[in-house]
Amino acid sequence: MARSEPLLRAEGVTKEFFGVTALSNVDFELAAGEIHALVGENGAGKSTLIKILTGAYRRDRGKITLEGEPVDPADVKDAQKLGIGTVYQEVNLLPNLTVAENLFLGREPKRFGLTSHREANRRSREILSQYGLDIDVTAVLATYSVAVRQIVAIARAVDLSGKVLILDEPTASLDAAEVTRLFAILEGLKARGLGIVFITHFFDQVYRIADRVTILRNGQKVATRPIEGLERLELVSMMLGRELKEQEAHAAEPVDYSRKPVIASFQGIGKRGRIAPFDLTMHAGEVVGVAGLLGSGRTETAELMFGIAQPDEGRISVDGSPVSFSSPREAIRHGFGFCPEDRKLDGIVEDLSVRENVILALQARRGWAKPLSRKEQEEIADRYIAALDIRTSDREKPIKFLSGGNQQKVILARWLATDPRLLILDEPTRGIDVGAHAEIIRLIGELRERGMSLLVISSELEELVAYATRVRVLADRRHTGELEAGAITPDTIMRAIAAGEDETPGDRGGQGRATEIMAEGAA
Amino acid sequence: MTSSRLFPLATTFVIFLIAYGLCIAEFPNMLSTRVVGNLLTDNAFLGIAAVGMTFVILSGGIDLSIGSVIAFTGVFLAVAMGDWGLPPVLALVIVLVLTTAFGAVMGAMIHYLAMPPFIVTLAGMFFARGMAFLLSIESVPIRVELYDTLQGLYFRMPGGGRLSFVGLSMLAVVLLGILIAHFTSFGRNVYAIGGNRQSAELMGVPIARTTILIYALSSFLAGLAGIAFSLYTSAGYSLAAVGVELDAIAAVVIGGTLLTGGSGYVAGTLLGILIMGLIQTYIVFDGTLSSWWTKIVIGLLLFSFIALQRGLVWLSARRRGAAMPA
Amino acid sequence: MTMPATLKRVLPQLIALLVILALNTAIAPGFLDIAYANGRLYGSLIDILNRGAPVALLAIGMTLVIATRGIDLSVGAVMAICGAVAAALITSDHSLPATILMTLGVGILCGLWNGALVAFLGIQPIIATLILMVAGRGIAQLITEGVILTFNVPGLIFVGSGSVFGLPFPVILWVVLGIAATLIFRTTALGLLVEAIGINRRASALAGIGTSALLLAVYAASGLCAAVAGIVAAADIRGADANNAGLWLELDAILAVVVGGNSLMGGRFSIAGSLIGAMIIQSVNTGILLAGFPPEFNLVIKAAIIVVILVVQSPASHTLFAFVKNRPGRTIGAPTPAAKTKEEAAR
Repeated sequence: MARSEPLLRAEGVTKEFFGVTALSNVDFELAAGEIHALVGENGAGKSTLIKILTGAYRRDRGKITLEGEPVDPADVKDAQKLGIGTVYQEVNLLPNLTVAENLFLGREPKRFGLTSHREANRRSREILSQYGLDIDVTAVLATYSVAVRQIVAIARAVDLSGKVLILDEPTASLDAAEVTRLFAILEGLKARGLGIVFITHFFDQVYRIADRVTILRNGQKVATRPIEGLERLELVSMMLGRELKEQEAHAAEPVDYSRKPVIASFQGIGKRGRIAPFDLTMHAGEVVGVAGLLGSGRTETAELMFGIAQPDEGRISVDGSPVSFSSPREAIRHGFGFCPEDRKLDGIVEDLSVRENVILALQARRGWAKPLSRKEQEEIADRYIAALDIRTSDREKPIKFLSGGNQQKVILARWLATDPRLLILDEPTRGIDVGAHAEIIRLIGELRERGMSLLVISSELEELVAYATRVRVLADRRHTGELEAGAITPDTIMRAIAAGEDETPGDRGGQGRATEIMAEGAA
Repeated sequence: MTSSRLFPLATTFVIFLIAYGLCIAEFPNMLSTRVVGNLLTDNAFLGIAAVGMTFVILSGGIDLSIGSVIAFTGVFLAVAMGDWGLPPVLALVIVLVLTTAFGAVMGAMIHYLAMPPFIVTLAGMFFARGMAFLLSIESVPIRVELYDTLQGLYFRMPGGGRLSFVGLSMLAVVLLGILIAHFTSFGRNVYAIGGNRQSAELMGVPIARTTILIYALSSFLAGLAGIAFSLYTSAGYSLAAVGVELDAIAAVVIGGTLLTGGSGYVAGTLLGILIMGLIQTYIVFDGTLSSWWTKIVIGLLLFSFIALQRGLVWLSARRRGAAMPA
Repeated sequence: MTMPATLKRVLPQLIALLVILALNTAIAPGFLDIAYANGRLYGSLIDILNRGAPVALLAIGMTLVIATRGIDLSVGAVMAICGAVAAALITSDHSLPATILMTLGVGILCGLWNGALVAFLGIQPIIATLILMVAGRGIAQLITEGVILTFNVPGLIFVGSGSVFGLPFPVILWVVLGIAATLIFRTTALGLLVEAIGINRRASALAGIGTSALLLAVYAASGLCAAVAGIVAAADIRGADANNAGLWLELDAILAVVVGGNSLMGGRFSIAGSLIGAMIIQSVNTGILLAGFPPEFNLVIKAAIIVVILVVQSPASHTLFAFVKNRPGRTIGAPTPAAKTKEEAAR
C-alpha cells in the first residue's frame, strides 16, 4: 500500500496561533491509492493539519511535497489547482443551487459567452454516473439527502483536483447503508490511484476502509500505523494518550445509592437521530462521569437533561414528581445548571463584566423585577472570584479579556451562585491551563461532598477517575455501559469505550467489560 | 427544476392570474391591451429598479438607496441638459457612470468594512438625495428633442393599447436581468453568495468583486430607472421617487425571492410589479376604493410571502432534522 | 457610583454636542439667547429641544431594540397610525384620557406584532418590521380616510404646543420618558438582561433568560415610544397627516442611536447617549439653517456622519487598529488582519 515515493508528504509542519502551538513538528505521508485515516480527539490538530494541506492556513514551519515537488498552496483554490481537493463536514456546497451548478460553480461551461446549462447538465450526469449516481442534476441540492450531497461534493473535489482527496468527517450524519455506499465510492477512487485522507471518529469505519491510520494528540503526531494488526484497544489508548497498564482502582468506596436521596430521574428519554433512549437516576452527593469518543452522544445526553432539546419519548421526574422541560429556564427552576462545552458560543456573554456574567443565571431565575442590588452583585462576584481563584484584575473587566480557564471558572460561578442541586458540566477542563484544571477537579470533589449531584462529561480519563463515583459509557449515540466505583480506572473506561464502539461486544475485555445498564431503570 | 424552489414563483403567478381574473370579472374593460400597455408604462421605472434590487436581495443584501438615486438621476439630467447645456446623450452617459460608480463604492464599503448593507445603503440614500437637493430643490422641466422623440415612440398593439418606449425598456431590462442571473458566471456567484457566503468562498467565488458588482449593477439600474422616470414625467425633481426602494423590495418578495437570499427569479419580480400595478389599476377602475388600500394589500402580501418563506425553510429544516449532525 | 460612569460613557457625545453648539454660536451670535415671554421660554436652544422631540422619543425605544441586536423600521409608520388613531378618537368625542390610553395601546400592539414576528417566527428584525413600515401608512390613511384629520381639542393640542414651567410640553415628555425608561431598565435587571441577549442570545437562553418575552417587551416599548411621538406630531399640527407624519423618522431615530454611541451589533446601550444623539442631529439641522446653507444640505451631512461612524465601528477597522497598535513597523510579511481574525474564530 504505502509505496516508496509518497504522493503527498508533510515534514515537520508547525503552526502557532498567537503563541499557542496548534500543530507541532508533524510528519504526514500519503501514498497514491491509499486511504489514510486521521484520528484524534477535539483539539488534537486534525483540522489544523488538513487546513494547512489545503491552503486554508499557512504553516509556520515545515515542508510539503506533492509527487516529490515542494508545494506551497496559497489558498484553497491554489491547492485545488495543484490537485488537492477537500470535502468538509458541514460547510459543504450550496444547497440553493442545482446539482450541476454546484459541480461547475466557478468553471461554468460557456457557449457564445453565456453559461450553457445543457452542457453543464450533460457533463454533470456523466461525472455522477461514475459514482453510480443517477439523479436529476437540474434539481436543487437541498432536495437530496446528506449522503447524495456528500457524493456530489466528492465528485466536485475529485473533478477539480484529482490527486489528493481530503474528507473531513464525511460520515458524521450518514446512516449505515449510506456509509456503505460512500465506502464503495472511496474504494473506486482508491483503485483509480487517488490518495485519500479520511478524518473520522468512528472506529469501525477506520477498520473497514483505511489502509493506514495516523493518530494526533495535542498537536503532535503519536504514530502512523498500518491498520492490519492494530488492536482496537491500542488505537484508543494512543488517541487518549494512555499507556496500557493495570492501574489501581479508583479510591472511592462503592456508593450505596439506595441510601442517597434521588434528585432527578430520567427514564427512557431519547431523541431520534441524536441519542438513543437511556435511563439515568441522579442522586445527591454523586458525580456521574460520562465517557465516550467525540460524537458518541455525550453532549446530546446533557441537552436532553437540561431542556435544550426536547426528548421524543421517556419521562423525567424531579423529587418524585413528573416534569417536562420545554426550555432551559424550566430546568433551572428545578435547580439544574449546565456549563456548556463551547464556552465562547454558549457560555460567556463576552462584552459583559465578570460580575455580570457571574450573576446572570441567578438574576434570570429571580426575574427582572427583583434585581440584585449592586452591592449584592459585588459580594457574590467577589465571593466566587476568591473561592474559585478567578484571575482578573477587576471584577468589572469584560469577560472576553480573561483566559479560557478563568472564563470557565466564571461560568461555573454563574451556576454555583444559583445554588443548584444538579450541575451538568460538559468538558469543563477543555482548553484551559494546568493550574485552573487542577482547581476545577478539586472543586468538583468539594461540590459532591456538599451533597450536590453532578454529571461531568470529559474526554480526560484520568480526570474522570479522579472525581467520578460512577462512569456512564457512551458509543455511537447510545449509552452502552456503566462502571461502578471501585472499577473505574483509565484502562477500564478505555476498554468499555472500545467495547461499545465494537458493534458486537465480545468478552475479550475481561473485568473491564461494560456492565449493562438494566439495573438502573429498576432503581 | 424542483417544486420547492419554484413554489413561491408559481404562487405569485397563480395569484396574478386569479387577481387579473377577478378584476376582469368585475370590470371587463380591464381585459384590454390599453390596460396592459399602461400597466407596463406606469410601472416601468419601478420595474427597472426592482430588477437591480432582485440581484441585491438574491445575494442576501438590501439596497435602500435606489429611490434617492432615481431622484438624483432625474435632477441631474434636467440640470445638465437645461442649465449646463450638455448634449442629452452625454448627460445620459455621465449620469449612468456616476450612479454605477456610486453603487460600486457602496459595495466596496459593505465588503471591506464588513458592515451591514442596510446601514451602508442608508448612508447612500441620504447622500444621493442630498446631492439631488444640492443640484436643485425645484422641479426642473426637461425640454429636449431626444425626450420628445423617445416619448413618441410606441408600438400600437391590437386593440389600441400602446407599448411605450419606457415600457419596452423595462421588458428589455427584465430579459437582460434573466440572462445575467441564469446565464453568466456572475449570476451564479450572486446566488452562491446568497446561499452561503462561507461555502461560496470555499468554492472559489470571488466575494469582493461580486459584492461590488452587485451594488454597482443595482445603482446602474436605479440610474436607468431614473432616466425612465424622467421620460415618464419630463422633469427632474429631488423629492421624486420617495420610498421607491420599499416598493421595489415588496415587488421582489412578492415575486417569490427569498429575503434571506439565494433563491428567486428575476421573472418573479416582473410578476410582483404587475400584481402591485394591478392592485392600483383595480382601485382606479373601482373609483370608490381609496389608494391606501394599495399599501395595505401590499403589506398583507408581503407578510404572507415572508411567512410562506419561513414555513418552507422550517419545513425543510424539519425534514433534515433527524439526520443533522451533532 | 453610576452617575460618573454614565457621564463618562456619553462624554464624546456631549463634547460633540457642545462643539456643534459652539459652532452655531459662532455662526449666529444670538444663538444662545433665551427669552421669557408669555409664560414660556423662547430661543434657538429651546427650539432644538422642541423640534428634536419626535426623534428623541423614537430613539428611546430604538435604543432598546438595537441593544437586542434588532432594528425597528416601522416606527415612522406607527407614528402615523397612532396620530390617526388619536385624531379619530378625539374627533369622535372620546375623552382625552381615553384617547391617549387607547392610542398608546395601539402603539404597543404594533410593537407586539413586530416582536412576535422576531421572537416566535424567527424573522430577521429588518424584514419583520419592514412589513408594518410598508402597510402602516396605508392603515393610517384608512383611519383618516385619506384626509388630514384635524381637531381642535385644547387638551390634545397642549401635548404638541403647550408648555410647562416655561418649557414646551414635548420637551418635558421626552425628558421624562427618557428618565423613566432609564430608571425602569437600570433599577431593575431589565437593562442587563436586554444587553445579555443582544450580545449572545444563545448563551443568555442557556443561562435561563426568557429571551422571547424580553424581545416582545422591547419591541412593545418601541411601539409605545412611537405612539407618544405620533401624538406629539399630530398635536403639533392639530391634525393627523397619514402621509407625512413621521416620514423617514425611523432613519433619524436609528441615526440618533448610533450617533449616541450605541453599536448596531447590539449589547451595551445608553438611552442618555441616544437622546444626546437626537439633539446632535437637531443641532446640525439648525446650524445648517443658521449658516444659510439650504436645509437639503442636511442629508449629505447625515450621510457623512454615518460613514464616519461606520468606519469607526467596523470590525475590520478595529482589527486594523489593534494590529497597527500591537505590531508597530512589522507589517511586512505579517498575515493580514482579516486572516488573523478568521484563524482566531476557527480555534
